[in-house]
Amino acid sequence: MAEGLIVRSLRDGSLPGEHAPALCLEDSLPSPLASHSHAVFRHLLASLLSTGTGTAVVLVAFHRSPSFYLSLLSPTFRNSIRLLDCYSDPLAWKSNHHPPPSSHSPQNITLLTNLNHLPHFLSSILHLAKDLGAQGHDRVTVAIDSVTHMLRHAPLPSVLQLLTNLRCHEKISSLFWLIHTDLHEPKVISSFEYISTMIASLQPIVQLPDYANANISASITSLEENYSNAKFNVRLKRRNGRVKLLCEELLIEQGSVKFSSVPSVSSVVAQNLIPKVQFNIQLSDKERMDRANVVLPFEHQGNGQNIEIYDGRRSLSESQKDPSSIKIGGLSEQKRGNNNKSEKGEIHYIRDSDDEQPDSDEDPDDDLDI
Amino acid sequence: MAEVGDLLAEAMGHSLPVGKVVLVGDCVETSGAFVLHLLLKRCLSLDSSFAVFVALSHPFSHYDRVLRKMGCNLSVQKKNGKLHFLELLDFSARSKENSVDDGFCKLYNEIRKAVETARSKDTKASCVYIMIDDISLLEIAADGSENDVLNFLHYCSTLTSEMDCSLIILNHEDVYSSEEAPRLLAHLQHLSDIEIRAAPLNTGLAADVHGQLTVINKGLLNDDRRSGRRIWNFQFKVKENSVEFFYPGSQH
Repeated sequence: MAEGLIVRSLRDGSLPGEHAPALCLEDSLPSPLASHSHAVFRHLLASLLSTGTGTAVVLVAFHRSPSFYLSLLSPTFRNSIRLLDCYSDPLAWKSNHHPPPSSHSPQNITLLTNLNHLPHFLSSILHLAKDLGAQGHDRVTVAIDSVTHMLRHAPLPSVLQLLTNLRCHEKISSLFWLIHTDLHEPKVISSFEYISTMIASLQPIVQLPDYANANISASITSLEENYSNAKFNVRLKRRNGRVKLLCEELLIEQGSVKFSSVPSVSSVVAQNLIPKVQFNIQLSDKERMDRANVVLPFEHQGNGQNIEIYDGRRSLSESQKDPSSIKIGGLSEQKRGNNNKSEKGEIHYIRDSDDEQPDSDEDPDDDLDI
Repeated sequence: MAEVGDLLAEAMGHSLPVGKVVLVGDCVETSGAFVLHLLLKRCLSLDSSFAVFVALSHPFSHYDRVLRKMGCNLSVQKKNGKLHFLELLDFSARSKENSVDDGFCKLYNEIRKAVETARSKDTKASCVYIMIDDISLLEIAADGSENDVLNFLHYCSTLTSEMDCSLIILNHEDVYSSEEAPRLLAHLQHLSDIEIRAAPLNTGLAADVHGQLTVINKGLLNDDRRSGRRIWNFQFKVKENSVEFFYPGSQH
C-alpha cells in the first residue's frame, strides 16, 4: 500500500500552482547495510516507467555507472529514460588527460564533468527533461542516486536550492532522491525532509548497537535477518497539513522487492510510546483480575455483607478472621448504631456503575464530538 | 584457483572477485595485511592476470619477502609485466606545483594507464586487481582531506565497471574509534561490495588461532549467487607460507 501511494503520487505529479511532489528515500548502514535502499530506488524507477502513462525519468547517476541502471531495465523502457552520468568523470580527471571521443556515450547518456558548477548541473537536468518532453512524454520525474554524493561537491544550501528549483520547474512533474543518513548530521537530514512531501526510511528489523564497531560474530543471525527483511516506514504529507504514517515490511528475494503489511501504525505507535525501561510496567491478566478484586476503602457493597476495611498492612483473609473488624449489616442498622454512639465521620462510596474500572483515567469530556 | 574448503573464497563468492570493491578492515591487535598478501598471490598465480599495487606503508622488499615465502616471486612478476608496483612511502598529494586534488588526479591517471596498458595487451585477463595499502596513510597524504581521499577512491572504483577489475583497499578501523562520527569509515562501507574484517578472538589470545575473520558479501540484485547467505565468520591461523581458515573447533 505504501509503495502504491508513493508511485501514484510521483506519477500523478502536482496540481497547477503547486510544487512537484518529492520523495526522500533514507537509509543507513545498519538498515540493511545500504544495499536494499538501492533496490528500492531501482524498484521505484521500474514502477514509474511501467505505468504506461507517459511517465519518463531523468536519472542522475552518482553511485553506479549508467550502464548498470540500463542493464536492470527492460529494453522497452530505455526510450523513456535519460541518464546524466555524474559517476564516470565528475571532476574531469579523465577528460583533462584523455578526452573521450565524441561518439563515446550512448544517446540516452549525457556525461557531466564539472559537478562543482551547480547551475550547469541544473541546466543539464532541465535540458534532458525538455528532450523527453519533446518526444511526447508529458510527465518527467527526476531521480537522484544519491544526494549524499552531491553534498561532497556542493554546500547544503546550494543543493537544497537546486532541488527546490527542480520542484518549481514546469517541466518536472515529480522528484525523488536517495540519502544515507549516517553520513550526515541530523540537521542535514532534517533539511531534506522539510522540502520533501514524502519520506520513506529503511529501518533494520533487528536493532543492533553501533554497526561500525559491533562485535559482528555475536550478531550474525540478526545481521542475516536484516539482509533479507527491513522495515519500510513512510510519512506522507497531505495538502491539508495532515501527516499519514505507514509502516510495511520489505522483503528482497531473488532480485525482486516485495512489500507486505505489518500491524497497524496506531498499535506500533502505541508500542513505541511505552517507555523502554528495565523493569516490567505492564500488567498480566492475573494481575488485572487481582486488581479488580481489591476492595477499596470505605466502599459499601449494599448487599448485607460485612464492610471489609483493608488497611494495606494485612491480607483481606486475615481481616475476615479478626473479631475487631466492623460488622454492620446495612445502612439502617448503622444509623441506629450511630444514635447511641458518639458521632463519627462516615464516607459512603457508591459506584456510578459496576462497569466502572477503579482508577479510571477516563476524561468525562471524551464523549463530546467537537 | 580456489582450494577445496577455502572458506575465504566461499565467502567472497569467488576466489578472485571481478568488478568488486573489497574493503579489508583490521586493528592493532589483529593485522589484516595477510588478506592482501593472499589475494595478491592468488591473482598473480593465474596465467592471465595483472595487479597494480599502491604501497604507502611498506617498501617493495617487504612484500617481496612475504610473498616469496608464500611461493610467489614479486620481482619476476614485475619483470614479466604482471605487477605494476607503486612505492609511495613519502607520497604527499600536495606539492609546490599541485594542489591535493591535482596530486590524486595524477596518481589515479597513472593507475588507469597501467590498467589500460595491461588490458590492451591481454583483453581477456581474468583477474585485474588494484590494491591500496592503506587508506589511513592516503588520508595523511591528503593533509587530512577526507573529501579528496573519497574523490580518489571514487575514481578508482569507476575502473571496476569500466575495466572489469577489482579494487581492494586496506583500512585500519581503530584509528577512528575515538571519533563520534567516523564518516570516512562509513563512506568506505557504503562504497564496498565485500567487507572483510580481521579481529581478535572474543576469548583473548591463543597460540593456535590468530584471530577471526568476518566476511560480509553484500551482493547485488543481479547477483547470480543462489545462496542467500551473506555473512561468514570463521577463524584463521597465519602460517609461514599460507593461511588456514576454519570454523571454531574444527581445526585439524
